[in-house]
Amino acid sequence: MQQSNLSNSKLHQKFPFGLADVAVILGTFTLLALIGRIGASTMVRFVPPDVVPSISLDPWQLPYYAGRSTLRMFIALFCSTLFTFIYGYCAAHSRRAERVLIPLLDILQSVPVLGFLSITVTAFIALFPGSLWGLEAASIFAIFTSQAWNMTFSFYQSLRMIPQELDEVIMLYRLSGWARFTKLEIPSAMIALVWNGMMSFGGGWFFVAASEAISVLNQNYTLPGIGSYVAAGVEARNLPALGWALLAIAIVIVSVDQLFWRPLIAWSDKFRLEQSASASAPQSWLYDLLKTSRIPRILGQWFTGLNDRINSFLCWLTPIRVLRSVNASQQALTDRIYNWGLLLCVTGLLIVGLHFILTTVGIAELGTTFLLGLATFGRVLVLLVFSTLVWTPLGVAIGFNPKLAQLLQPVVQFLASFPANFIFPFVTLFLIYTHISIDWGSIFLMSLGSQWYILFNSIAGAMRIPTELREMATATGLKGWKLWQRLIIPGIFSAWVTGGVTASGGAWNASIVSEVVTWGTTTLTASGLGAYVASATATGDWARITLGIGMMSLFVVGANRLFWQRLYLLAENKYHL
Amino acid sequence: MNQHSTTGQSALSLITVDHVSKSFPMSEGKGTFTVLQDIHLTVRSGEVVALLGRSGSGKSTLLRIMAGLILPTEGLVLSRGKPLQGSNTEVAMVFQSFALLPWLTVQENVELGLEAQGIPREDRRKQALKAIDLVGLDGFENAYPKELSGGMKQRVGFARAFVLEPKVLFMDEPFSALDVLTSENLRGEIDDLWNAGTFPSQSIVIVTHNIEEAVFLADRVVILGNNPGVIRGEVIVNLPRPHDRSSDRFKLLVDYIYNVMTNPTAQVTGEVTDTVQKITLTKIPPTTALDSPKNPYTQALPHVRVGGISGLLELIVDQPEGKDDLPRLAEKIQLEVDDLLPLLDAAVLLGLAEVQQGDVNLTAIGRDFATTTILRSKDIFRQQVLERVPLLISIVRTLQEKRNRSMRSDFFLDILDEHYPHEEAARQFSTAVDWGRYAELFEYNASEERLYLPEPMVNE
Repeated sequence: MQQSNLSNSKLHQKFPFGLADVAVILGTFTLLALIGRIGASTMVRFVPPDVVPSISLDPWQLPYYAGRSTLRMFIALFCSTLFTFIYGYCAAHSRRAERVLIPLLDILQSVPVLGFLSITVTAFIALFPGSLWGLEAASIFAIFTSQAWNMTFSFYQSLRMIPQELDEVIMLYRLSGWARFTKLEIPSAMIALVWNGMMSFGGGWFFVAASEAISVLNQNYTLPGIGSYVAAGVEARNLPALGWALLAIAIVIVSVDQLFWRPLIAWSDKFRLEQSASASAPQSWLYDLLKTSRIPRILGQWFTGLNDRINSFLCWLTPIRVLRSVNASQQALTDRIYNWGLLLCVTGLLIVGLHFILTTVGIAELGTTFLLGLATFGRVLVLLVFSTLVWTPLGVAIGFNPKLAQLLQPVVQFLASFPANFIFPFVTLFLIYTHISIDWGSIFLMSLGSQWYILFNSIAGAMRIPTELREMATATGLKGWKLWQRLIIPGIFSAWVTGGVTASGGAWNASIVSEVVTWGTTTLTASGLGAYVASATATGDWARITLGIGMMSLFVVGANRLFWQRLYLLAENKYHL
Repeated sequence: MNQHSTTGQSALSLITVDHVSKSFPMSEGKGTFTVLQDIHLTVRSGEVVALLGRSGSGKSTLLRIMAGLILPTEGLVLSRGKPLQGSNTEVAMVFQSFALLPWLTVQENVELGLEAQGIPREDRRKQALKAIDLVGLDGFENAYPKELSGGMKQRVGFARAFVLEPKVLFMDEPFSALDVLTSENLRGEIDDLWNAGTFPSQSIVIVTHNIEEAVFLADRVVILGNNPGVIRGEVIVNLPRPHDRSSDRFKLLVDYIYNVMTNPTAQVTGEVTDTVQKITLTKIPPTTALDSPKNPYTQALPHVRVGGISGLLELIVDQPEGKDDLPRLAEKIQLEVDDLLPLLDAAVLLGLAEVQQGDVNLTAIGRDFATTTILRSKDIFRQQVLERVPLLISIVRTLQEKRNRSMRSDFFLDILDEHYPHEEAARQFSTAVDWGRYAELFEYNASEERLYLPEPMVNE
C-alpha cells in the first residue's frame, strides 16, 4: 500500500506537517498513554482467596474500568485472529485435518461458551499462581471463545472460495507459501474476516460482563472491569452506579466502532474480489484522516527495507507448493485407517464421558437435565415466535423505506452488540416489584440480547426484495396477508433463517445468566438447564457441569441439525432471490 | 529477441507432450472419467499454436498440464528436453478471467512473478514499467484493476506475462471475456507485436473455441475432439503474416475447420488446398436411437434450451432454400462456436437440420417446426424426441413401468453418475428435464425431486 503512494507523497513535500498529521500524532500518543496506564495495573498482587481486588463504585473510576475491559476485548480479538489464521489454514489445506477440524468447529460453535467458564477459570488460576494473570487469562479466554469460531469459519470458507485462476497464477509464478498467504489468501478473506470480527466483537461485550465477576467453586473472583462494576452495583443495590455503567459501555461501544471498526471496514473494501468498482464504498472519517496524513506513509517508507528483508526471509522459509502424484489405491487404504482411528477416538471419548456422568450422578440425573433442557428449549421457542411476531413487521416496514433503513440500521446494529447483561439488573428489579415469575421473566431477559438479530435481518431481507417485485405486488393488488404470503415471507425467508439461528444460539448462551438473576441479596431462579449449569458452576460440581453443558450442546446441535439446517436448505433452493 | 521470422523445420522444440492422458475419479468410486487420452504435441520455437476444441474437449486441461499446474495421469511433459518438475518455468500465462489480484495495483500485479524470483525492488520496477509500456498502459501503474475496463485488465494480464520474458506464452481463451470490439482490437495488437518480431516470447500457445481467431493468430491449429479429449489432427495455416481474413485460403480454412468441428467422426487430414474445395466427410449417421445397441445414458444431450433451437431454426428458415453458411451464421448472431455448435448438435440430433460442408440445411420437419404454431411445434418436438433421443425415451419408459407413474430423480442421476462426472450428470439430467417438460412427456417437481408422467388425457 505504501509503495503505491510513493510518488504521491513526493508531491506534497513542501509542507512538513498538515493538520491531519498533527491529529494523527496526538491520537497515537493518547492511545499509547492510555494503554500504558491501563496495562501497568494488571501486575497487581493477587493471592486467592485472601487478596482479591475490590471494585469501587465511584463513577470516576468507570473510564479506567471500561479501559481495562476494552483492553481485554482487544487482546482476545488478537488471539482470535491468530487462532483463525492457523486453524483455518490447516483446515483448508489438509484434507485429513479438515475432516476433524470442521466438525469440531461446528460443535464448538454451538456449545454454550459460558458453561465452560468454571473449568477455564480454575485451570488458568492454577497456571498463573499468585497473580491476576490467571483470572485475566480466563476472562480473555472466555471472550476469545465467543469470537474465534465465527471468524475461523469465515476464513476457512473464504480460503475454499478462492477463484481457481488466481490460485494458478500463484502456482505458475512459484510464489512461496508465505507469499501465497499474504498476497492471496489473507486478502481474499479480509472483507468477510473484518465483518465477522466486528460482529463477534460486538457479541464479546456480553462475555466481558459475564466473565469478569464470577463465582466458581464457592469462590468469588473479581477482575477490575466494567463487568465487575455492574456486579458490584447489583450487590450494593446502587441504581445510579448501574446507570453510569450503562452510559459508559454505550460510549465505549460507539467509540470502538468509530475508531476501530469503521476505518478497518473502509480500508478492507479494497480487498473486494469483484473486479469492478462498487457503487457505495464504506466511509470512515478516521480512515480518510489517516489517508490524508503523511505520517503513516513516511513510516511505511522507513520500514520498507526491513519489511522486504523479513518477507524474503519468510518466503525462503516456506516452500513452494508442488503437485504430488497420488497413488489412488494406497491413498484409499490410509484414508480407511485414518477414518477408523477417528471413529475409535470419538467413541472412546464418548464412553469416558458417559462413564464419568453415570458413576457420579447416576442415570436419573440424565432425565432431569433433559426435562430442564426442554423447559429452556420452550423458552427459546417462545422467544423466537414473539420476536418474530413483533420485530418482523417492523423490520419489513423499515426495510421498505430506504431512508429510514439507512438511519436505523446502525442503531439496530448498536443494539445488537450492546451487552444485554448490563440491563439485567433493571429488569430484575422490575420482576421483583411486579411479582412476575422468573420462569416467564427469563424469556424476556434472554430476548434482550437476541431479539435484535431478528429485527436486523428482517430489515436486511426486506431491503433485498427487488423494487420491481414490490411494484408488481402493488400493480396486481396484493394486500394485507396475501402480500405477506406471496411476497414478503418468501422474500425475507433466508434472512429470517440467518437471524433465527443467531438469535436462538444467543438465547441458549444467555440462558445461563438469565435463568438466575440477583438484586442485592434477592436471587430469582427459574427452572431450566441454564440455571442448572449456573448453580453447578457456582458449587463446583464437575459432573453436573459436564452433564449440563453436554445436554445443552445436544439441544443446540440437535435443533441446528433437525430444524435450522432444513430451513437453510429450503431458503437456498426455493426462496433464493 | 525471438527468431520466429526464420521458420525452419529444425526449430528447437520447447515443450513436448508425450503420451499424456488425464482422467479424474468419478463420484463414489464409479470408475474414472477420461478427459484427455494419449496426447502427443510439440511446441517449437518461433510458432503460434492454437488448441481448438469445443467445451469439454480438455483443451484447457492440456494447457495446464503443459504449464505444470496439473499432473497428467499418464505420460510425460518435457520442457526443453527435460521432464517437468513443478510449474513450468519457461512459461507465462494469460487467463480468460484476467486473474489479477484486485488488491494490488497494476504495477504490483505485473511485478508478482519477478518478486517471487527475488529480484530487487528497483530492478523489478524498471522491468515492470517497460512491460506496462509495451502493452500501452502507461500512466496506469498505480491504478487498481477495478478501475480498469475489461480490455485494460487483460493488457495487465499480458504485461504480467511479458515481464517474465518466457520462452512460451500460454493464452487461455484470452479474448473471450471481452466484448467484440475490444477483443478484436487487442487481438490485432498482439498479432502486430508478434509480426514485428519484438514479441517477448519465442512461441505462443493459445487455447480457443473461436475458429476465426485460431486461423487469424496461429501458424498451426490443433483440433481436439470430445469424450475423451484426443487430438483429431492439425491444420497448417500457411498464409503470409498478418493472416488476411479476406483471402480465399483464410475462408477456405475457416470453412474446413467448421466442417470438421460439426462432424465429430470426420477425419482431420489437414490437407486444405485450393484444388480440394470440398472435402469428403463421412456423413453423420442418423442418430438411430431405438435400435441402437448402446446404453441410452451414454449418448450425451447437448446442453441447450428448446427455445434456443427454435430461435436458430427460425433464423435459418428465413434464408433462401432454408440453408445457411456456418461461419456467416456465427458472425451474424454473434455466437461463438461453443454456443452455436451445441444448438446445431441438438437440431441434428432431433432430425430438424443437417450439417454438410460448413452449411446447415433444415429438413422438412425442421422447416415445419420453425414455422408452425407453438402447440404444433411442441407436438413435432415430442414426436422427434420419442424417435431419436435415447435418454428421454428411457426415462419415459421407466416412468411407464412404475405403477404410480412416478420416480425419484435420484434414480436417473445415479445411472448418469456412472457415465459422467457428477457435475455433468446433473447437467444432463437438468437438460433432459427441460426437454421433457417442453415436450410434455413428464412433469418434474423440484421440491419433491420426483418425475411424474402427466395425467392421461381423456381423449387419448
